[in-house]
Amino acid sequence: MKRRTVMMSMATAALLALGAASAQAQDVIRLGAAAPKTGPLAGGADVTHWPAVRLWVHQTNEAGGLQLADGPALIELIEYDDQTNPQQAIQAAQRMATQDRVDFMVAPYSTGLNLAAAPIFSQLGYPQITGSNVTNQQPELSAQFPGMFFVLGRTGGMAEDTAQVLVDLRTAGDIGDRVALVNVADAFGIEMAGISRAVLEENGFEIVYQTSYPLGTQDIAPIIDGARAAEPDAFIAWSYPGDTFALTDQAIVQNFAPKVFFTAVATAFPSYAGRFGAQAEGVMGMGGVNPDDPAFQAFAEAHMDLTGQGPDFWASASTYATLEILGQAIEATGSKDRAVVMAYLQDHANIYDTVLGPIQFDETNNNERYWTVGQWQDGVFRGVAARGRDGVSDIILKDGWD
Amino acid sequence: MFFILITGLLLGGTYALIAMGLNLQYGVARIMNLANGEMLVAGGFAAFWVYTAGQVSPIAALLVVAPVAFGVNWLIYTLMLRPLVRRAKSRGALEVDSILATFGLSFVFVGVMSWLFGGGYFNYSYLAQRVDIFGSSYGQNRVVAFSIASLIAAGLWIWLSYTRAGLRMRAVAVDPDSARLVGIDVPAVSALAFGLGAAVTASGGALISMFFTLDASVGILFTMKALIIVIMGGVGDIRGTIVAALILGIAETFVARVIDPGLTLAAAYVLFLGVLLFRPQGLFGKKPT
Repeated sequence: MKRRTVMMSMATAALLALGAASAQAQDVIRLGAAAPKTGPLAGGADVTHWPAVRLWVHQTNEAGGLQLADGPALIELIEYDDQTNPQQAIQAAQRMATQDRVDFMVAPYSTGLNLAAAPIFSQLGYPQITGSNVTNQQPELSAQFPGMFFVLGRTGGMAEDTAQVLVDLRTAGDIGDRVALVNVADAFGIEMAGISRAVLEENGFEIVYQTSYPLGTQDIAPIIDGARAAEPDAFIAWSYPGDTFALTDQAIVQNFAPKVFFTAVATAFPSYAGRFGAQAEGVMGMGGVNPDDPAFQAFAEAHMDLTGQGPDFWASASTYATLEILGQAIEATGSKDRAVVMAYLQDHANIYDTVLGPIQFDETNNNERYWTVGQWQDGVFRGVAARGRDGVSDIILKDGWD
Repeated sequence: MFFILITGLLLGGTYALIAMGLNLQYGVARIMNLANGEMLVAGGFAAFWVYTAGQVSPIAALLVVAPVAFGVNWLIYTLMLRPLVRRAKSRGALEVDSILATFGLSFVFVGVMSWLFGGGYFNYSYLAQRVDIFGSSYGQNRVVAFSIASLIAAGLWIWLSYTRAGLRMRAVAVDPDSARLVGIDVPAVSALAFGLGAAVTASGGALISMFFTLDASVGILFTMKALIIVIMGGVGDIRGTIVAALILGIAETFVARVIDPGLTLAAAYVLFLGVLLFRPQGLFGKKPT
């Protein structure tokens, strides 16, 4: 009898434990992600977007999931390839909402795809916390799509700070007035070049060479030759990955070495330093991080361990931060009800603790504390200009390529 | 001026590498191969891989890349495309079928390459030093690629013009039906031409990877360029492809340097339109009889 009781209670305990375990396993938050795996932006998404998303999901699940009001919930990640195609991005969002019935979605990769997907996110009622989207339209976008949030910053801030770097260097007597300005001929390049030109001219700089080139151009020798012939003190290129590499390559080949050499997207990629080695020293680009910040170092190490590649020194961390923000909003409300989480996100009093440091959205859903300009220094891409972030490094002048 | 000419020639050499293989495939085997660009990227990835893994020069890698590409594509032709050739009632029908089939094939290639190498950007630094010609600097890797492109072009031209195998190939290019009547094994020659074209394209990819940032999905850009060049030059004539490639390279460089880099694509398509309007058979093409 006694023995039987023991058996019974053991069985009950086992059942209870099993029940508890299965209750835990049952609660799952389905997270949908559509971003480029093929198409022109696949290369960028492969560096910046996918590893950061997978890392956050991995780490969150390792830590037991997110704490909801009725216990922890693991994250189930559902991935789609949007083929760098806005139409596919929209279809994927629709599919994730209706077929896969995901609870939340990761915002797409890049400015263009985020803009394309904004109406469908808004229509379906999903928060869209963007980490790789730079624009100046935050007020208009957040008015139209109240569930759209911006972590990476404003194009205006980036272009202004890039110009400010030149102003500071000129004040210090390091460079003169002559600037060569080139851009890739798409929405991003045209907007950035327009703002920089205006700010530079306001500050008395002379644009001695300006041109644009079609998206996908890698035969860039004539542009560097033209820029070199204009003898600028600073070279600013609002470029995309392929042309960022090609511009640098040609500048080295033609020994075009202005004191300031700035290329935009992909300058912050680890593969940039991998390709150009010591020659990358002093090259400036968009973004930057504080590599001395322990939070970033821990992120970089985990990124390396899980994905076998380091994060880029710009939007990797902000992509990761978008999910930290989402996770913290879910845990704070203890709910996976989108409307509840959305209301929490839209409460601009809330502050999120992220790898970038504390983030608080302003009335236009924008994060006004972001890195704007970075520079390769001793093999690390350090932030040399920022809005409201600590750990800004001093700028060095580019001293030739060799 | 020299700068524009030499830069244009170097670019034209690159274009020739992109397009010569497609010319063989389309001109002789009659396969409008839309997976051409992916084959080029695969050659580039192979060169990247042997260079980063074993420090093997991309030029030495050609010795492996070319035969492997030949073998793989010979098989693709024999297994996948020959049934299309057999059932096609006319040249037009074969073109439509082969466009659809190779378009599908291009997605397969992109998928396999993304799976093997990931979706990221691939580049490396090889011979990225400068070499001075007439007072301007150029990338050594571009000059080397141009030289090898010239060798390949010359080799192909001599082979096609002065050997029996080349003669057979030209015969099939002119008229596959008549070629059969004089005892040429048309299916075998076509398979050979398809494989050879792919070997040239993949070699081009290996050379281009020295100075071009590639990713798994970039192939379509090369396919488009190759199509323009092959049609401009005239289908089935290797000289036409080379001349068209050089003209395009010099014209684009001239426009980029003297007028505006934003107009390079426009310049290319204006040239293309001009050829289509005034010489629809291409620069070296023969008028259909």
